[in-house]
Amino acid sequence: MQEIIVDILLSVVIFTSLGFLFYQAKHRDFMTKKQKKMMRRILLSSFILFELQLINASLFAELDGVLFPGAGRWLRFLCYFADYIIIGHDILKKAWKGILNRQVFDENFLMAVATLGAMALAIYENGEYLESIAVMLFYQIGEWFQGYAVGKSRRNISSLMDIRPDYANIERDGALEQVDPDEVPVGSIIVVQPGEKVPIDGIIVEGTSSLNTSALTGESLPREANVGDSVISGCISMTGVLKIETTKEFGESTVSKILDLVENASSRKSKSEDFISRFAKYYTPAVCFSALALAILPPLVRILFLNVPAMWGDWIYRALTFLVISCPCALVISIPLSFFAGIGGASHEGILVKGSNYLESLSKTKYIVFDKTGTLTKGVFEVDGIHHSTMEDEKLLEYAALAESASSHPISKSIQHACGKALDRSRVSDIREISGNGVTAKVDGITVACGNGKLMDLLGIPYSDCHKTGTIVHIALNGAYAGHIVISDVIKPHAKEAIRSLKSAGADKTVMLTGDSKKVADQVAAELQIDCVYSELLPADKVEKVEALLGEKPARAVLAFVGDGINDAPVLSRADIGIAMGAMGSDAAIEAADIVLMDDDPLKIAKAIKISRKCLRIVYQNIFFALVVKFACLLLGAVGIANMYLAIFADVGVMVLAVLNAIRCLFVKKL
Amino acid sequence: MKKTYKIEVDCANCANKMEEAANKIAGVKKAAVNFMALKMTVEFEDGADMTEVMENILKACRKVEPDCEIEF
Repeated sequence: MQEIIVDILLSVVIFTSLGFLFYQAKHRDFMTKKQKKMMRRILLSSFILFELQLINASLFAELDGVLFPGAGRWLRFLCYFADYIIIGHDILKKAWKGILNRQVFDENFLMAVATLGAMALAIYENGEYLESIAVMLFYQIGEWFQGYAVGKSRRNISSLMDIRPDYANIERDGALEQVDPDEVPVGSIIVVQPGEKVPIDGIIVEGTSSLNTSALTGESLPREANVGDSVISGCISMTGVLKIETTKEFGESTVSKILDLVENASSRKSKSEDFISRFAKYYTPAVCFSALALAILPPLVRILFLNVPAMWGDWIYRALTFLVISCPCALVISIPLSFFAGIGGASHEGILVKGSNYLESLSKTKYIVFDKTGTLTKGVFEVDGIHHSTMEDEKLLEYAALAESASSHPISKSIQHACGKALDRSRVSDIREISGNGVTAKVDGITVACGNGKLMDLLGIPYSDCHKTGTIVHIALNGAYAGHIVISDVIKPHAKEAIRSLKSAGADKTVMLTGDSKKVADQVAAELQIDCVYSELLPADKVEKVEALLGEKPARAVLAFVGDGINDAPVLSRADIGIAMGAMGSDAAIEAADIVLMDDDPLKIAKAIKISRKCLRIVYQNIFFALVVKFACLLLGAVGIANMYLAIFADVGVMVLAVLNAIRCLFVKKL
Repeated sequence: MKKTYKIEVDCANCANKMEEAANKIAGVKKAAVNFMALKMTVEFEDGADMTEVMENILKACRKVEPDCEIEF
């Protein structure tokens, strides 16, 4: 029965390897050179093995009469042994080198000892050589498949992240020339034609186009770009020719930063990976010594104490089976592969994870702390009204805009935007920014104070509050109250859905921190159904609040902080996991955060958590599955039920299944 | 001084062992092998001769896997 199964398997191997080799002849990059050579060896040796199976031992025995007694037996051995050498010579060589280098307990050693042992038993009994060769053959097939699968997924993942531009076009004497992007100095003008990637970050000086940012953000809607807009590398220009003045070197450009980040991501090892490498270190020697004990102790006990025949052959066979099963490869390979695939899949969705360890802790996220502006709200403020003004509204707005003209704060930006005039900065002097409160400046010789209620308190100016919710910017001219501007922020369209899906992804508590007034904060929180709000915080208070939350949460829960990467670097690094949003072009965010969302859709946070959960689920499945199968087979092997075929399944089969399972981590689009 | 090299290694367990071996070489502050990206990152100690250190690392890695290759 067993022989029939092996014969069937052999013919399957012969035909598939033939098929692979034919396919390779047409598609050159299907296999590497090494893999092709191995495939040929597998084909040759399985073919010979198949032929040898057709000639049975009695046929060889007839040779005895012709030549000398025992000739048939030895010839038979030589035929099989030649086949064994064809398929297994590299394993034997590696095992021998391992012994010389005192790296005894590796898988090559295990396989060499197991197959040679089985071979020796077969010589002794003039019995089945098939088993020893078949085990070696299937082991090699497994190795081949593993190498192929890993190489293939490596290529798949890298092609997912294929955003590296190969060249930059520079116009010289009216003709376009392709140059290495590394050699383009800052301030050069590069030309990007339709369908090409923007190679280096810069500002458009000529032309308009719509940009496809999907490779960076996972967002499929193109965005329009006009003269004066800054563009980041990695986008694809779709419609028009763009001339771009570069603002960075290639090595500093977004695309290089992202590639660097993703390529180095799997170097930061997760706890599961550490666990497995520590486990493998003790496991292999432990199994080797148990195998030795299994070979020696039971027979000795039988002879010395039980007075029954020792059955050395039987016990040695069991010990060898034990060795074949024991190889830790399935575990060791599938776990980093799962993380790598998970990180690759996430980056395709515009979620950059800086390390396997972060992907791992992200799955345990229970507390999510948001910075309001720029994450839940658009951070694009609009002037909603001007009240109590002692002069024309436009005049007041102009004073405010001039006073705020040096600030890049979103609120200042919106005031400048609403003013609508070109601001003459020479009219402004003595600008003082009072962090968390506002600014004071001299405009046309008039002292302008512009900020929240705290600033007015600080300056001792009485002010009137507003019935509207929004951010109120009070303005005082020469110490006299001159009215206030109401600015309101817009909640992002997906924000509510994002909070809901975070809850369903397992977040226990959502917290919002903001420097904004209590009224605004409470309104936003109520609308989005956020559990807990802390408002009117200075940047330093945010760190304190996060620290307090860190102290309060259960030890195993993870606290993630989501910010827009502007002004919140200290908080990002203080939280267990810092998530920066809308990082297109913001270096500070990429530096400070552990996870970077390339666009500013809050739904991506929930998606990132779901990806990490899927990945971790697969990791645990693999660990559990591999360990259970291995230990079950070890047990069966020890009591003598499992033979070497089952052993090779436990090794190669589990590994193949684990690798296939790990590759599932890549498919995260629908999460 | 930190540098990244291409490394050819066939099995994940061997990559772990190589990392361990490389960390024991004199002149290496910290070494890490990334099996998935096939990259070895080595942080050298100040004043270490990089070529010499890398030769020793390659030797140590060859002990783990005889056909290992590192480009340096």
